[in-house]
Amino acid sequence: MARKLLLEHINVPGINTFDVYRQKGGYRAVEKALKMTPDEVVEEVKKSGLRGRGGAGFPTGMKWSFLAKPEGVPRYLVCNADESEPGTFKDRYLMTYIPHALIEGMIVSSFALGAKTSYIYVRGEMMPQIRILERAIAEAKNAGFLGKNILGSGYDLELYVQPGGGAYICGEETALLESLEGKRGNPRIKPPFPAIAGLYGCPTVVNNVESIAATVPIINDGGEEYAKIGIGRSTGTKLISASGNLVRPGVYEIELGLPVEEFIYSDEYCGGIANGKRLKATVAGGSSVPVLPANLTLKLANGDPRLMSYESLSEGGFATGTMMGSGGFIAFDEDQCIVRNTWNFSRFYHHESCGQCSPCREGTGWMEKVLHRLEYGHGKMSDIDLLVDVSRKIEGNTICPLGDAAAWPVASAIRHFRDEFEWHVKEPVKCLDTNYGLANYANPIAKAEVTTEN
Amino acid sequence: MLRVEEQQPVDFSSALLAKFDEIVKRYPEGKQKSALLPILHEVQAEQGWLSTSAMNRVADYLDIQDIEVYEVASFYTMYFLKPQGKYMLEVCRTGPCCLVGAEKLMNHIEQKLGVKEGEVTPDGLFSWRGVECLAACGYGPVLQIGPEYTFYENLNEQKVDDLIEDLRKK
Repeated sequence: MARKLLLEHINVPGINTFDVYRQKGGYRAVEKALKMTPDEVVEEVKKSGLRGRGGAGFPTGMKWSFLAKPEGVPRYLVCNADESEPGTFKDRYLMTYIPHALIEGMIVSSFALGAKTSYIYVRGEMMPQIRILERAIAEAKNAGFLGKNILGSGYDLELYVQPGGGAYICGEETALLESLEGKRGNPRIKPPFPAIAGLYGCPTVVNNVESIAATVPIINDGGEEYAKIGIGRSTGTKLISASGNLVRPGVYEIELGLPVEEFIYSDEYCGGIANGKRLKATVAGGSSVPVLPANLTLKLANGDPRLMSYESLSEGGFATGTMMGSGGFIAFDEDQCIVRNTWNFSRFYHHESCGQCSPCREGTGWMEKVLHRLEYGHGKMSDIDLLVDVSRKIEGNTICPLGDAAAWPVASAIRHFRDEFEWHVKEPVKCLDTNYGLANYANPIAKAEVTTEN
Repeated sequence: MLRVEEQQPVDFSSALLAKFDEIVKRYPEGKQKSALLPILHEVQAEQGWLSTSAMNRVADYLDIQDIEVYEVASFYTMYFLKPQGKYMLEVCRTGPCCLVGAEKLMNHIEQKLGVKEGEVTPDGLFSWRGVECLAACGYGPVLQIGPEYTFYENLNEQKVDDLIEDLRKK
């Protein structure tokens, strides 16, 4: 069994309560951190090599060290729990079942940054998780881990949960800050970065739920111990949300560096493709990252096995690789239609575009329309190149990465599955009720025997 | 769409106003506008939707312009700017849920309730709509029902039928 740092006690009954969490060694990291200096805590996180778990993969310790510390100006830590990336549901899982891991991480991280008020911005749809967190905060406060003079250290911290209003764009850190200030979620132009001028114009760090929770084992065991797990610059463990046509979809904690093949097929993880079917394609890191056909999912272009790590997943660039993203792993079986799925994702980005930048506002809607007509048999051959053209004109031309996130799935689907798009043009009637199938992206792993249970 | 001309008087319960006071305390002095999103959720939970009069009262309470409330309420998808059914079934319609049958399920709900997406059943009990990813992709298809956003996972037609029957009996 692989090492678990975040989900080690997930199956302990009552772990969502303070008492049980504490019995299992919870809040030790707070006790330890408060005896260190804030800079020492930052140093441990730097040594750990922890990289932002929300999608960008930027080193967390480095992000913290950029925080401006002018005299007399408050600093803020804001936890990004606006989990909305299609395919990603790890933060919901963590907050539901082990909320104190996040609260403990928030205390440690706030102390490291010198924040006296911190917010957890949770997407509004997660009202049950908001209630869970509010209860956990009350419990922690009751036990003296929040509020004034925590554990007699002289450090004060108030922690609040803020609900969003239902907008994917608020997962972008500056849009999140706008939203937290009670405004529309329009991303800000950077610079200035939030580390200089964030919430209310004050220096602010925004971190993902999982990154913040990961500071707990980093402080408990030391940054160097944490860095020993994983592979190369992908240190530690990562929560992967597995969805789609898998035998056992769900949230798994993996040590970075696990072979993708083992993740999909081993019984410890997803257990293979559901209903004895074969794998056609995957989206490895949430809907924004490029889609890969089965053969490139399991192996690099040179034939070596592909691993679940930041480097290995992006090996080959966008020609033959993808990205780790937020760890939203979506598997498509042989019966799924790539054109339909690409249209579905495009509709998502069109719906979620904040409308601030014209390339994204107009381009996402344009791509959605063109993909819709391809999917429903009204497409032209020239539409395929038109999509590539539109996606190129969105990419890199917007204030925030939503434009890129909308462009990449379309561009990569055409790059790897162009013949399927062409088939939709050539077979406008047939494509309505049949699918193109596996074609030459065949999963190198043989079809599993279908065993009917019961 | 937002209709600014309608102006029925609106009453907020004292419990609701007490909640406002509690929420505003979370932010620094002078930054009470931050309370806007949570307060709108509370108003919608009590009233079922956000009428123009209700939004104006929120603006008064927070000491901001009416338009600052309208622009927020119309930007975020969770706020209803017209009355909905008592139970709004919000079904995830994004990729991973569609891989496991969300589209079929939405067709089924449309037939079962006999109203199109966004419409209210004649008894005022139900409306439904497709929403974007609810971050529960491994348990799809999923739907949620406000104002507490109770979550229903791994759905099929039978489970949805049972759910609708249970809600009718409530």
